[in-house]
Amino acid sequence: MEKIVDIQHLNKSFGAHEVLKDINFSVNKGEVVSIIGSSGSGKSTLLRCINLLEKPSGGEIIYRGENILDDKHDLAEYRKHLGMVFQQFNLFNNHNVLNNCVVGQIKVLKRTRGEAEKVAMKYLGVVGMDRYINAKPKQLSGGQKQRVAIARALCMEPDVILFDEPTSALDPEMVGEVLKVMKDLAESGLTMLIVTHEMEFAKEVSDRVVFMDKGVIAEEGHPEHIFNNPSQERTREFLKRTLVQSRLAFV
Amino acid sequence: MSLDWVIKILVENWPMFLRGAGVTLLIALIGTVFGAIIGLLAGMIRTIPMPERGMRKILLKTINLILSIYIEFFRGTPMIAQAMVIFYGSALAFGIDMNVFAAAIIIVSINTGAYMAEIVRGGVLSIDKGQFEAAHAVGMNHMQTMWNVVLPQVIRNILPATGNQFVINIKDTSVLNVISVTELYFVTKTVSGISYRYFETFFVACMIYFTMTFVVTRILLYIEKRLDGSENYTMITNDTQFEAIQK
Repeated sequence: MEKIVDIQHLNKSFGAHEVLKDINFSVNKGEVVSIIGSSGSGKSTLLRCINLLEKPSGGEIIYRGENILDDKHDLAEYRKHLGMVFQQFNLFNNHNVLNNCVVGQIKVLKRTRGEAEKVAMKYLGVVGMDRYINAKPKQLSGGQKQRVAIARALCMEPDVILFDEPTSALDPEMVGEVLKVMKDLAESGLTMLIVTHEMEFAKEVSDRVVFMDKGVIAEEGHPEHIFNNPSQERTREFLKRTLVQSRLAFV
Repeated sequence: MSLDWVIKILVENWPMFLRGAGVTLLIALIGTVFGAIIGLLAGMIRTIPMPERGMRKILLKTINLILSIYIEFFRGTPMIAQAMVIFYGSALAFGIDMNVFAAAIIIVSINTGAYMAEIVRGGVLSIDKGQFEAAHAVGMNHMQTMWNVVLPQVIRNILPATGNQFVINIKDTSVLNVISVTELYFVTKTVSGISYRYFETFFVACMIYFTMTFVVTRILLYIEKRLDGSENYTMITNDTQFEAIQK
Protein backbone atom coordinates (compact mmCIF):
# COMPACT_ATOMS: atom_id res chain seq x y z
CA MET A 1 0.00 0.00 0.00
CA GLU A 2 1.20 3.50 -0.83
CA LYS A 3 2.12 5.55 2.21
CA ILE A 4 1.02 9.18 2.07
CA VAL A 5 2.93 10.33 5.12
CA ASP A 6 5.31 8.20 7.12
CA ILE A 7 6.30 9.45 10.55
CA GLN A 8 9.38 8.06 12.21
CA HIS A 9 10.63 8.60 15.76
CA LEU A 10 8.76 11.89 16.06
CA ASN A 11 9.31 13.89 19.24
CA LYS A 12 7.80 17.13 20.41
CA SER A 13 8.51 19.06 23.58
CA PHE A 14 7.20 22.36 24.84
CA GLY A 15 10.08 23.40 27.03
CA ALA A 16 10.78 20.54 29.44
CA HIS A 17 7.37 19.02 28.83
CA GLU A 18 7.50 16.09 26.41
CA VAL A 19 4.21 15.96 24.54
CA LEU A 20 5.08 13.37 21.92
CA LYS A 21 7.55 10.55 22.54
CA ASP A 22 9.00 8.51 19.70
CA ILE A 23 5.91 8.32 17.51
CA ASN A 24 6.03 5.88 14.58
CA PHE A 25 3.00 6.01 12.43
CA SER A 26 1.87 6.24 8.82
CA VAL A 27 -1.21 6.93 6.76
CA ASN A 28 -1.89 4.91 3.62
CA LYS A 29 -3.63 6.09 0.51
CA GLY A 30 -7.42 5.76 0.75
CA GLU A 31 -7.34 4.96 4.43
CA VAL A 32 -9.46 6.54 7.15
CA VAL A 33 -7.55 6.67 10.43
CA SER A 34 -9.00 7.96 13.69
CA ILE A 35 -6.88 9.06 16.61
CA ILE A 36 -8.57 8.79 20.00
CA GLY A 37 -7.37 9.41 23.53
CA SER A 38 -7.99 11.67 26.48
CA SER A 39 -7.28 15.40 26.51
CA GLY A 40 -3.59 16.10 26.78
CA SER A 41 -2.59 12.75 25.31
CA GLY A 42 -0.90 14.55 22.41
CA LYS A 43 -3.27 13.63 19.60
CA SER A 44 -3.91 17.20 18.41
CA THR A 45 -0.23 18.01 18.70
CA LEU A 46 0.58 15.00 16.53
CA LEU A 47 -1.85 16.23 13.89
CA ARG A 48 -0.44 19.74 14.03
CA CYS A 49 3.09 18.37 13.76
CA ILE A 50 2.18 16.51 10.59
CA ASN A 51 1.48 19.71 8.68
CA LEU A 52 4.09 21.60 10.69
CA LEU A 53 1.83 24.08 12.44
CA GLU A 54 3.94 22.87 15.35
CA LYS A 55 7.59 22.28 14.69
CA PRO A 56 8.60 18.79 15.80
CA SER A 57 11.61 18.61 18.12
CA GLY A 58 13.01 15.48 16.48
CA GLY A 59 12.33 12.62 14.11
CA GLU A 60 11.35 12.44 10.48
CA ILE A 61 8.25 13.03 8.41
CA ILE A 62 8.62 11.29 5.07
CA TYR A 63 6.49 12.59 2.23
CA ARG A 64 7.02 11.34 -1.35
CA GLY A 65 10.35 9.85 -0.31
CA GLU A 66 11.74 13.03 1.24
CA ASN A 67 12.11 14.06 4.85
CA ILE A 68 10.24 17.34 4.98
CA LEU A 69 11.90 18.30 8.26
CA ASP A 70 15.13 18.98 6.33
CA ASP A 71 15.93 22.68 6.43
CA LYS A 72 15.89 23.06 2.69
CA HIS A 73 12.34 21.83 2.32
CA ASP A 74 9.67 24.27 1.14
CA LEU A 75 6.94 24.28 3.79
CA ALA A 76 4.22 25.94 1.72
CA GLU A 77 4.80 23.49 -1.14
CA TYR A 78 4.35 20.53 1.25
CA ARG A 79 1.33 21.99 3.04
CA LYS A 80 -0.69 22.47 -0.11
CA HIS A 81 -0.85 18.67 -0.44
CA LEU A 82 -2.33 18.34 3.06
CA GLY A 83 -5.77 19.65 3.91
CA MET A 84 -6.62 20.75 7.42
CA VAL A 85 -9.94 21.19 9.17
CA PHE A 86 -9.77 22.97 12.52
CA GLN A 87 -11.81 22.67 15.69
CA GLN A 88 -12.54 26.41 15.56
CA PHE A 89 -13.27 26.34 11.77
CA ASN A 90 -10.93 29.28 11.07
CA LEU A 91 -12.70 30.44 7.96
CA PHE A 92 -11.13 33.58 6.51
CA ASN A 93 -13.29 36.27 8.13
CA ASN A 94 -12.75 38.81 5.37
CA HIS A 95 -13.96 36.49 2.59
CA ASN A 96 -17.41 35.15 1.78
CA VAL A 97 -18.08 31.42 1.48
CA LEU A 98 -17.12 31.21 -2.19
CA ASN A 99 -13.90 33.18 -1.77
CA ASN A 100 -12.90 31.09 1.22
CA CYS A 101 -12.79 28.14 -1.16
CA VAL A 102 -11.30 30.09 -4.07
CA VAL A 103 -8.47 32.18 -2.63
CA GLY A 104 -6.14 29.25 -1.90
CA GLN A 105 -6.68 27.72 -5.32
CA ILE A 106 -5.82 30.99 -7.07
CA LYS A 107 -2.84 31.98 -4.92
CA VAL A 108 -1.33 28.57 -4.20
CA LEU A 109 -2.43 26.27 -7.02
CA LYS A 110 -2.36 29.15 -9.55
CA ARG A 111 -5.75 28.27 -10.97
CA THR A 112 -7.73 30.94 -12.83
CA ARG A 113 -10.70 32.44 -11.02
CA GLY A 114 -13.12 30.70 -13.39
CA GLU A 115 -11.54 27.29 -12.82
CA ALA A 116 -11.33 27.85 -9.08
CA GLU A 117 -14.97 28.88 -8.81
CA LYS A 118 -16.05 25.77 -10.70
CA VAL A 119 -14.07 23.53 -8.34
CA ALA A 120 -15.41 25.47 -5.32
CA MET A 121 -19.02 25.06 -6.46
CA LYS A 122 -18.46 21.34 -6.92
CA TYR A 123 -17.16 20.80 -3.38
CA LEU A 124 -19.56 23.28 -1.77
CA GLY A 125 -22.23 21.11 -3.37
CA VAL A 126 -20.70 18.01 -1.77
CA VAL A 127 -21.02 19.57 1.70
CA GLY A 128 -24.41 21.11 0.93
CA MET A 129 -23.33 24.74 1.18
CA ASP A 130 -23.46 25.78 -2.48
CA ARG A 131 -26.46 28.04 -1.94
CA TYR A 132 -24.67 30.11 0.69
CA ILE A 133 -21.78 31.35 -1.44
CA ASN A 134 -22.53 35.02 -0.70
CA ALA A 135 -22.62 34.63 3.07
CA LYS A 136 -19.82 35.86 5.31
CA PRO A 137 -18.51 33.46 7.99
CA LYS A 138 -20.05 35.50 10.84
CA GLN A 139 -23.49 34.93 9.30
CA LEU A 140 -23.24 31.12 9.45
CA SER A 141 -23.89 28.60 12.20
CA GLY A 142 -21.05 26.48 13.55
CA GLY A 143 -22.09 23.43 11.55
CA GLN A 144 -22.32 25.47 8.36
CA LYS A 145 -18.92 27.02 8.97
CA GLN A 146 -17.35 23.63 9.49
CA ARG A 147 -18.88 22.29 6.28
CA VAL A 148 -17.46 25.27 4.38
CA ALA A 149 -14.09 24.61 6.02
CA ILE A 150 -14.26 21.01 4.78
CA ALA A 151 -15.09 22.25 1.27
CA ARG A 152 -12.16 24.68 1.45
CA ALA A 153 -9.83 21.78 2.23
CA LEU A 154 -11.35 19.62 -0.53
CA CYS A 155 -10.88 22.39 -3.11
CA MET A 156 -7.11 22.06 -2.80
CA GLU A 157 -7.50 18.39 -3.79
CA PRO A 158 -4.97 17.29 -1.18
CA ASP A 159 -3.49 13.82 -0.67
CA VAL A 160 -4.94 13.63 2.82
CA ILE A 161 -7.19 15.80 4.98
CA LEU A 162 -6.38 16.20 8.66
CA PHE A 163 -9.37 16.79 10.92
CA ASP A 164 -8.55 18.30 14.32
CA GLU A 165 -11.58 17.57 16.54
CA PRO A 166 -13.95 18.91 13.88
CA THR A 167 -17.10 18.61 15.98
CA SER A 168 -15.79 19.56 19.44
CA ALA A 169 -16.76 23.24 19.16
CA LEU A 170 -20.23 22.54 17.80
CA ASP A 171 -23.60 22.60 19.49
CA PRO A 172 -24.87 19.02 19.89
CA GLU A 173 -27.55 19.35 17.22
CA MET A 174 -24.97 20.43 14.65
CA VAL A 175 -22.57 17.56 15.21
CA GLY A 176 -24.69 15.25 13.07
CA GLU A 177 -24.58 17.35 9.89
CA VAL A 178 -20.79 17.55 9.98
CA LEU A 179 -20.31 13.86 10.76
CA LYS A 180 -22.65 12.99 7.91
CA VAL A 181 -20.50 14.96 5.46
CA MET A 182 -17.36 13.30 6.81
CA LYS A 183 -18.91 9.85 6.55
CA ASP A 184 -19.81 10.47 2.89
CA LEU A 185 -16.24 11.59 2.24
CA ALA A 186 -14.83 8.51 3.96
CA GLU A 187 -16.98 6.29 1.77
CA SER A 188 -15.86 8.16 -1.36
CA GLY A 189 -12.30 6.93 -0.77
CA LEU A 190 -10.74 10.15 0.52
CA THR A 191 -7.69 9.67 2.73
CA MET A 192 -8.54 11.05 6.15
CA LEU A 193 -6.80 11.39 9.48
CA ILE A 194 -9.25 12.33 12.22
CA VAL A 195 -8.65 13.36 15.80
CA THR A 196 -12.00 12.88 17.48
CA HIS A 197 -13.95 12.33 20.66
CA GLU A 198 -16.89 10.84 18.74
CA MET A 199 -16.34 7.17 19.52
CA GLU A 200 -19.36 5.83 17.65
CA PHE A 201 -18.30 7.74 14.56
CA ALA A 202 -14.70 6.54 14.82
CA LYS A 203 -15.89 2.96 15.18
CA GLU A 204 -18.15 3.23 12.17
CA VAL A 205 -16.03 4.99 9.55
CA SER A 206 -12.41 4.15 10.40
CA ASP A 207 -10.25 1.55 8.75
CA ARG A 208 -7.83 1.89 11.63
CA VAL A 209 -8.00 3.42 15.09
CA VAL A 210 -5.01 4.77 16.98
CA PHE A 211 -5.25 5.15 20.73
CA MET A 212 -2.85 7.67 22.24
CA ASP A 213 -1.97 7.99 25.89
CA LYS A 214 0.59 10.29 27.56
CA GLY A 215 2.38 11.15 24.32
CA VAL A 216 2.79 7.65 22.93
CA ILE A 217 0.72 5.43 20.67
CA ALA A 218 -0.55 2.89 23.18
CA GLU A 219 -2.41 0.71 20.75
CA GLU A 220 -3.58 0.72 17.16
CA GLY A 221 -5.64 -1.58 15.03
CA HIS A 222 -8.97 -2.34 13.42
CA PRO A 223 -11.88 -0.53 15.10
CA GLU A 224 -13.48 -3.87 16.02
CA HIS A 225 -10.33 -4.81 17.88
CA ILE A 226 -9.82 -1.44 19.63
CA PHE A 227 -13.41 -0.93 20.71
CA ASN A 228 -14.52 -4.49 21.43
CA ASN A 229 -11.44 -6.32 22.43
CA PRO A 230 -8.52 -4.00 23.27
CA SER A 231 -5.35 -5.73 24.34
CA GLN A 232 -4.09 -2.90 26.57
CA GLU A 233 -5.42 -2.16 30.02
CA ARG A 234 -5.24 1.62 29.55
CA THR A 235 -7.27 1.44 26.32
CA ARG A 236 -9.94 -0.45 28.20
CA GLU A 237 -9.85 2.14 31.02
CA PHE A 238 -10.19 5.03 28.57
CA LEU A 239 -13.10 3.45 26.72
CA LYS A 240 -14.87 2.69 29.95
CA ARG A 241 -14.49 6.34 31.05
CA THR A 242 -15.78 7.80 27.78
CA LEU A 243 -18.65 5.33 27.69
CA VAL A 244 -19.77 6.36 31.16
CA GLN A 245 -19.56 10.00 30.11
CA SER A 246 -21.67 9.49 27.00
CA ARG A 247 -24.25 7.63 29.09
CA LEU A 248 -24.28 10.46 31.62
CA ALA A 249 -24.94 12.88 28.81
CA PHE A 250 -28.29 11.23 28.26
CA VAL A 251 -29.39 11.49 31.89
CA MET B 1 -20.86 93.98 19.59
CA SER B 2 -18.96 90.75 19.17
CA LEU B 3 -21.32 89.05 16.75
CA ASP B 4 -21.11 91.99 14.38
CA TRP B 5 -17.36 91.72 14.47
CA VAL B 6 -17.49 87.98 13.78
CA ILE B 7 -19.61 88.61 10.68
CA LYS B 8 -17.49 91.55 9.59
CA ILE B 9 -14.28 89.52 9.94
CA LEU B 10 -15.81 86.64 8.01
CA VAL B 11 -17.11 88.84 5.21
CA GLU B 12 -13.86 90.75 4.82
CA ASN B 13 -11.46 87.81 5.13
CA TRP B 14 -13.31 84.72 3.91
CA PRO B 15 -11.01 84.04 0.95
CA MET B 16 -8.03 83.93 3.32
CA PHE B 17 -9.83 81.68 5.79
CA LEU B 18 -10.93 79.42 2.98
CA ARG B 19 -7.41 79.11 1.61
CA GLY B 20 -6.05 78.49 5.13
CA ALA B 21 -8.65 75.80 5.78
CA GLY B 22 -7.84 74.22 2.42
CA VAL B 23 -4.13 74.08 3.22
CA THR B 24 -4.87 72.61 6.65
CA LEU B 25 -7.14 69.94 5.21
CA LEU B 26 -4.72 69.08 2.41
CA ILE B 27 -1.71 68.72 4.73
CA ALA B 28 -3.76 66.67 7.20
CA LEU B 29 -5.13 64.41 4.46
CA ILE B 30 -1.86 63.76 2.62
CA GLY B 31 -0.01 63.44 5.93
CA THR B 32 -2.50 60.89 7.23
CA VAL B 33 -2.43 58.82 4.02
CA PHE B 34 1.39 58.77 3.87
CA GLY B 35 1.52 58.20 7.61
CA ALA B 36 -0.85 55.26 7.30
CA ILE B 37 1.31 53.75 4.54
CA ILE B 38 4.47 54.20 6.64
CA GLY B 39 2.63 52.74 9.61
CA LEU B 40 1.37 49.72 7.65
CA LEU B 41 4.85 48.91 6.37
CA ALA B 42 6.52 49.43 9.75
CA GLY B 43 3.80 47.56 11.63
CA MET B 44 3.92 44.62 9.23
CA ILE B 45 7.71 44.36 9.42
CA ARG B 46 7.57 44.46 13.22
CA THR B 47 5.17 41.50 13.27
CA ILE B 48 7.20 39.19 11.00
CA PRO B 49 7.98 36.07 13.08
CA MET B 50 11.66 36.11 14.05
CA PRO B 51 13.67 33.47 12.15
CA GLU B 52 15.55 31.13 14.44
CA ARG B 53 19.01 31.83 13.06
CA GLY B 54 21.10 33.07 10.16
CA MET B 55 21.51 36.31 8.24
CA ARG B 56 17.78 36.90 8.06
CA LYS B 57 17.56 37.07 11.83
CA ILE B 58 20.36 39.65 12.03
CA LEU B 59 18.77 41.69 9.23
CA LEU B 60 15.32 41.63 10.80
CA LYS B 61 16.70 42.52 14.23
CA THR B 62 18.55 45.52 12.77
CA ILE B 63 15.49 46.76 10.89
CA ASN B 64 13.33 46.33 14.01
CA LEU B 65 15.83 48.32 16.05
CA ILE B 66 15.79 51.20 13.55
CA LEU B 67 12.00 51.15 13.51
CA SER B 68 11.85 51.20 17.31
CA ILE B 69 14.13 54.23 17.44
CA TYR B 70 12.01 55.99 14.82
CA ILE B 71 8.75 55.26 16.65
CA GLU B 72 10.05 56.18 20.10
CA PHE B 73 11.65 59.42 18.91
CA PHE B 74 8.69 60.77 16.96
CA ARG B 75 6.13 59.73 19.55
CA GLY B 76 8.24 61.14 22.34
CA THR B 77 8.88 64.65 21.02
CA PRO B 78 6.39 67.43 20.20
CA MET B 79 5.60 68.02 16.54
CA ILE B 80 6.20 71.75 16.94
CA ALA B 81 9.83 71.06 17.90
CA GLN B 82 10.20 68.42 15.17
CA ALA B 83 9.01 71.01 12.64
CA MET B 84 11.74 73.45 13.69
CA VAL B 85 14.45 70.77 13.77
CA ILE B 86 13.59 69.32 10.36
CA PHE B 87 12.98 72.64 8.61
CA TYR B 88 15.95 74.58 9.94
CA GLY B 89 18.10 71.49 10.38
CA SER B 90 17.84 70.56 6.71
CA ALA B 91 18.90 74.07 5.77
CA LEU B 92 21.81 73.99 8.20
CA ALA B 93 23.07 70.48 7.52
CA PHE B 94 22.48 70.03 3.80
CA GLY B 95 21.94 73.59 2.63
CA ILE B 96 18.48 72.62 1.39
CA ASP B 97 15.97 75.44 1.38
CA MET B 98 12.87 73.35 1.87
CA ASN B 99 9.54 74.34 0.43
CA VAL B 100 7.46 74.92 3.58
CA PHE B 101 4.50 73.02 2.18
CA ALA B 102 6.65 69.96 1.38
CA ALA B 103 8.26 70.23 4.82
CA ALA B 104 4.83 70.34 6.43
CA ILE B 105 3.72 67.17 4.66
CA ILE B 106 6.94 65.35 5.54
CA ILE B 107 6.67 66.31 9.21
CA VAL B 108 3.01 65.31 9.53
CA SER B 109 3.60 62.05 7.60
CA ILE B 110 6.50 60.77 9.67
CA ASN B 111 4.82 61.85 12.87
CA THR B 112 1.60 60.05 11.96
CA GLY B 113 3.62 57.07 10.72
CA ALA B 114 5.14 56.59 14.18
CA TYR B 115 1.71 56.39 15.79
CA MET B 116 0.22 54.30 12.99
CA ALA B 117 3.04 51.75 13.24
CA GLU B 118 1.93 50.91 16.76
CA ILE B 119 -1.75 50.95 15.78
CA VAL B 120 -1.04 48.49 12.94
CA ARG B 121 1.05 46.26 15.20
CA GLY B 122 -1.86 46.14 17.63
CA GLY B 123 -4.17 45.40 14.71
CA VAL B 124 -2.09 42.44 13.53
CA LEU B 125 -1.80 41.07 17.08
CA SER B 126 -5.57 41.24 17.46
CA ILE B 127 -6.15 38.88 14.53
CA ASP B 128 -6.93 35.35 15.71
CA LYS B 129 -4.02 32.93 15.40
CA GLY B 130 -6.40 30.54 13.63
CA GLN B 131 -6.54 32.88 10.63
CA PHE B 132 -2.77 32.56 10.13
CA GLU B 133 -2.87 28.81 10.70
CA ALA B 134 -5.71 28.28 8.23
CA ALA B 135 -3.87 30.29 5.57
CA HIS B 136 -0.64 28.38 6.19
CA ALA B 137 -2.51 25.08 6.11
CA VAL B 138 -3.86 25.97 2.67
CA GLY B 139 -0.25 26.44 1.57
CA MET B 140 0.07 30.22 1.58
CA ASN B 141 3.46 31.72 2.45
CA HIS B 142 3.87 34.65 4.85
CA MET B 143 3.34 37.35 2.21
CA GLN B 144 0.26 35.66 0.72
CA THR B 145 -1.21 35.16 4.19
CA MET B 146 -0.67 38.80 5.08
CA TRP B 147 -1.96 40.18 1.81
CA ASN B 148 -5.03 37.96 1.29
CA VAL B 149 -6.19 37.21 4.81
CA VAL B 150 -4.63 39.29 7.56
CA LEU B 151 -4.17 42.77 6.11
CA PRO B 152 -7.77 43.25 4.92
CA GLN B 153 -8.94 42.45 8.45
CA VAL B 154 -6.29 44.68 10.02
CA ILE B 155 -7.24 47.62 7.81
CA ARG B 156 -10.89 47.25 8.77
CA ASN B 157 -9.95 47.07 12.46
CA ILE B 158 -7.64 50.09 12.46
CA LEU B 159 -9.97 52.33 10.47
CA PRO B 160 -11.45 54.05 13.57
CA ALA B 161 -7.96 54.73 14.94
CA THR B 162 -6.84 56.05 11.55
CA GLY B 163 -9.84 58.40 11.45
CA ASN B 164 -8.90 59.57 14.90
CA GLN B 165 -5.39 60.29 13.66
CA PHE B 166 -6.81 62.30 10.76
CA VAL B 167 -8.86 64.46 13.14
CA ILE B 168 -5.82 65.00 15.36
CA ASN B 169 -3.81 66.02 12.29
CA ILE B 170 -6.40 68.60 11.21
CA LYS B 171 -5.97 70.29 14.59
CA ASP B 172 -2.25 69.71 15.02
CA THR B 173 -1.24 71.23 11.69
CA SER B 174 -1.76 74.50 13.57
CA VAL B 175 1.68 74.08 15.12
CA LEU B 176 3.19 74.32 11.64
CA ASN B 177 2.68 78.09 11.77
CA VAL B 178 6.11 78.16 13.43
CA ILE B 179 7.66 77.42 10.04
CA SER B 180 5.25 79.84 8.32
CA VAL B 181 3.00 77.32 6.61
CA THR B 182 -0.05 79.35 5.57
CA GLU B 183 -2.54 76.99 7.18
CA LEU B 184 -5.65 78.07 9.08
CA TYR B 185 -3.96 79.05 12.35
CA PHE B 186 -1.33 81.11 10.55
CA VAL B 187 -4.05 82.87 8.57
CA THR B 188 -6.04 83.53 11.74
CA LYS B 189 -3.01 85.06 13.41
CA THR B 190 -2.49 87.33 10.40
CA VAL B 191 -6.13 88.43 10.33
CA SER B 192 -6.24 89.11 14.06
CA GLY B 193 -3.04 91.10 13.75
CA ILE B 194 -4.75 93.43 11.31
CA SER B 195 -8.15 93.69 13.01
CA TYR B 196 -6.94 93.56 16.63
CA ARG B 197 -10.12 91.58 17.39
CA TYR B 198 -8.50 88.42 18.84
CA PHE B 199 -11.55 86.79 20.40
CA GLU B 200 -13.74 87.12 17.32
CA THR B 201 -11.07 86.05 14.84
CA PHE B 202 -10.06 82.95 16.78
CA PHE B 203 -13.69 82.15 17.42
CA VAL B 204 -14.15 82.03 13.63
CA ALA B 205 -11.09 79.76 13.39
CA CYS B 206 -12.55 77.40 16.01
CA MET B 207 -15.81 77.15 14.13
CA ILE B 208 -13.95 76.32 10.90
CA TYR B 209 -11.78 73.69 12.65
CA PHE B 210 -14.85 72.12 14.22
CA THR B 211 -16.76 72.03 10.94
CA MET B 212 -13.84 70.25 9.27
CA THR B 213 -13.33 67.64 11.99
CA PHE B 214 -17.06 67.02 12.38
CA VAL B 215 -17.61 66.47 8.65
CA VAL B 216 -14.55 64.23 8.44
CA THR B 217 -15.70 62.01 11.33
CA ARG B 218 -19.15 61.61 9.74
CA ILE B 219 -17.60 60.65 6.39
CA LEU B 220 -15.32 58.10 8.08
CA LEU B 221 -18.24 56.55 9.95
CA TYR B 222 -20.09 56.24 6.66
CA ILE B 223 -17.10 54.54 5.02
CA GLU B 224 -16.85 52.10 7.94
CA LYS B 225 -20.49 51.17 7.54
CA ARG B 226 -20.08 50.68 3.81
CA LEU B 227 -17.06 48.43 4.32
CA ASP B 228 -18.94 46.20 6.74
CA GLY B 229 -21.53 45.50 4.08
CA SER B 230 -25.02 44.27 4.64
CA GLU B 231 -26.07 42.36 7.74
CA ASN B 232 -27.90 39.95 5.47
CA TYR B 233 -26.81 37.75 2.63
CA THR B 234 -28.67 36.53 -0.42
CA MET B 235 -29.14 32.83 -0.79
CA ILE B 236 -28.86 31.47 -4.29
CA THR B 237 -32.37 30.25 -4.94
CA ASN B 238 -32.69 31.18 -8.59
CA ASP B 239 -31.56 28.26 -10.71
CA THR B 240 -30.35 30.24 -13.72
CA GLN B 241 -28.14 32.26 -11.42
CA PHE B 242 -26.96 29.02 -9.88
CA GLU B 243 -26.06 27.45 -13.21
CA ALA B 244 -24.30 30.62 -14.35
CA ILE B 245 -21.86 30.27 -11.47
CA GLN B 246 -21.37 26.55 -11.99
CA LYS B 247 -20.32 27.03 -15.61
